[in-house]
Amino acid sequence: MSAKLERLSRQLQETFGERIGEPVLALGELTVAVPAQNYHEVMRQLRDDPAFRFEQLMDLSGIDYSEYTGYQGKRFAAVSQLLSLTHNWRLRVKAFATDDEFPVLESVVDIWNVANWYEREAFDLFGIHFEGHPDLRRILTDYGFVGHPFRKDFPISGYVEMRYDPEQKRVIYQPVTIEPREVTPRIVREENYGKGGGRG
Amino acid sequence: MADIKNYTLNFGPQHPAAHGVLRLVLELDGEVVVRADPHIGLLHRGTEKLAETRTWLQTLPYLDRLDYTSMIPSEHAYCLAVERLLGIEVPIRAQYIRVMFDEIARIKNHLLNIGTHALDIGAMTMVLYTFREREDLFDVLEATCGIRMHQAYYRPGGVYRDLPDQMPKYQENRFKNAQTVKELNEARSGSLLDFLEDFTNRFPVYLSEYHTLLTDNRIWKQRTVGIGVVSPERALQLGFSGAMLRGSGVEWDLRKKQPYEVYDRMDFDIPVGVNGDTYDRYLVRMEEMFQANRIIKQCIAWLRKNPGPVIIDDHKVAPPSREKMKGSMEELIHHFKLFSEGMHVPAGEAYVAIEHPKGEMGVWAVSDGANKPYRIKLHTAGIPHLAATDEMCRGHMLADATAVIGTIDLVLGDVDR
Repeated sequence: MSAKLERLSRQLQETFGERIGEPVLALGELTVAVPAQNYHEVMRQLRDDPAFRFEQLMDLSGIDYSEYTGYQGKRFAAVSQLLSLTHNWRLRVKAFATDDEFPVLESVVDIWNVANWYEREAFDLFGIHFEGHPDLRRILTDYGFVGHPFRKDFPISGYVEMRYDPEQKRVIYQPVTIEPREVTPRIVREENYGKGGGRG
Repeated sequence: MADIKNYTLNFGPQHPAAHGVLRLVLELDGEVVVRADPHIGLLHRGTEKLAETRTWLQTLPYLDRLDYTSMIPSEHAYCLAVERLLGIEVPIRAQYIRVMFDEIARIKNHLLNIGTHALDIGAMTMVLYTFREREDLFDVLEATCGIRMHQAYYRPGGVYRDLPDQMPKYQENRFKNAQTVKELNEARSGSLLDFLEDFTNRFPVYLSEYHTLLTDNRIWKQRTVGIGVVSPERALQLGFSGAMLRGSGVEWDLRKKQPYEVYDRMDFDIPVGVNGDTYDRYLVRMEEMFQANRIIKQCIAWLRKNPGPVIIDDHKVAPPSREKMKGSMEELIHHFKLFSEGMHVPAGEAYVAIEHPKGEMGVWAVSDGANKPYRIKLHTAGIPHLAATDEMCRGHMLADATAVIGTIDLVLGDVDR
């Protein structure tokens, strides 16, 4: 499998050259970062070029890198998992949005129609805007929801809660009353933790 | 003359044929569907966000709650992703057990799908028969891990425990006399594998009964043939996978093309449809159940002959056995650390896809080296399929919208996550 992916990696570099980042082969998977301005044309060529033939966009999702340990760079990215049935290989394409405050990327709905709902989801959960999307509405969150819940600065319990108010005889929204709590803290251990000699 | 306008109909979210909480806004011209706009998210629980606040092991049970009709394959995809990040190899016996339970889930899922699909479009009886068979499979799961539905049986590194030596038995009560109980317990007298083997011998007979009931049934064919036709080109554009893709005539099955676990040692065939309509997808699912039955048989034969460990011996990932833990300080510390702080997964990312009964189930796991996932993206087969409802319903009658929802094998827990 990895010999095949090395071939794909070489082909990518030969075909696109400077237009894409360095392909990274790790854990038997190939990842390539594409600058936002080349994103759409590279994706189109990945589908149509017989050397790649990625007929299927298996998944497209947003990610917020703001709290990734030791990470410096752009905050938001749209990550696509491509699949070629002809060549039986997969490729992960990352497109980082240039503006952290107002992330915008080009839509790939015209290349793979399935991207429609995936991009709506990335918009809903991460606030990434997709230019050229025919119908960029929220998809998973409630009607009238405010904010983008999967951003790292959005608390897990949210900001508002809903209850029935017997006096007003209707369902109302109010600020959350539950206290945030964390049972197990998030820890990144130093290298070689637990691997040293003797009792570790 | 009066001005004739299109009529907008709100279908669901509490409609019996909506398979959960799907809200479908249908624009109708007379009785013909002009546009279907599915509104999803009524069952959105934020599984991916929750995973970011739980340890790698605590995340696992959430995966069961995605597709609550076939839970085990979802766990499987997650475990494979974590294992790839950790770079560990699962014991061979655990791999066979996983394949066997994946196929049990496939039968279980398709039984539910065909039963309720028939129920939706007017054949009441089917669901009674398919649920009878599902009950046996639920008993298998209950005997294995104590829980009927949300098992959490697969763990990173293997499976939670080995298969049991005995099956629970029926007891005499006011409703069941000694004779009935004896008959019911006949298949349950041996081990779990004996019970399952008995099931695999009975199952092809049941399948032929379903064929008698539906395959040549005139009403069933009138309701399904030529409904929701998807061409192979459109199926690829719309991101279809699994039985939906194969129903359109594309020969693609991850178990064959990108084999994981021990699928490369299994002997089975991939059924492929011709016309890409609802009827073909039904036939594909029926045949898949038959093939799954074959795989289970092969797994049983192997598992009988080859005892061995079912989870790896690395206590940074898998807990030590209870007996060892009670007697050794080291093991106690391992146990405590694993269930409090959790395992640390090396930084990196992995996208692992498996052939879930509904299609491709993919887990994209990103780790920054912490004891919790940095991001988990769950790709479930239901999303692209439901997104295609609009295209599949257009130009069909209102009643056919139910047939289309049935054929995409919709489970909202899977779509909304």
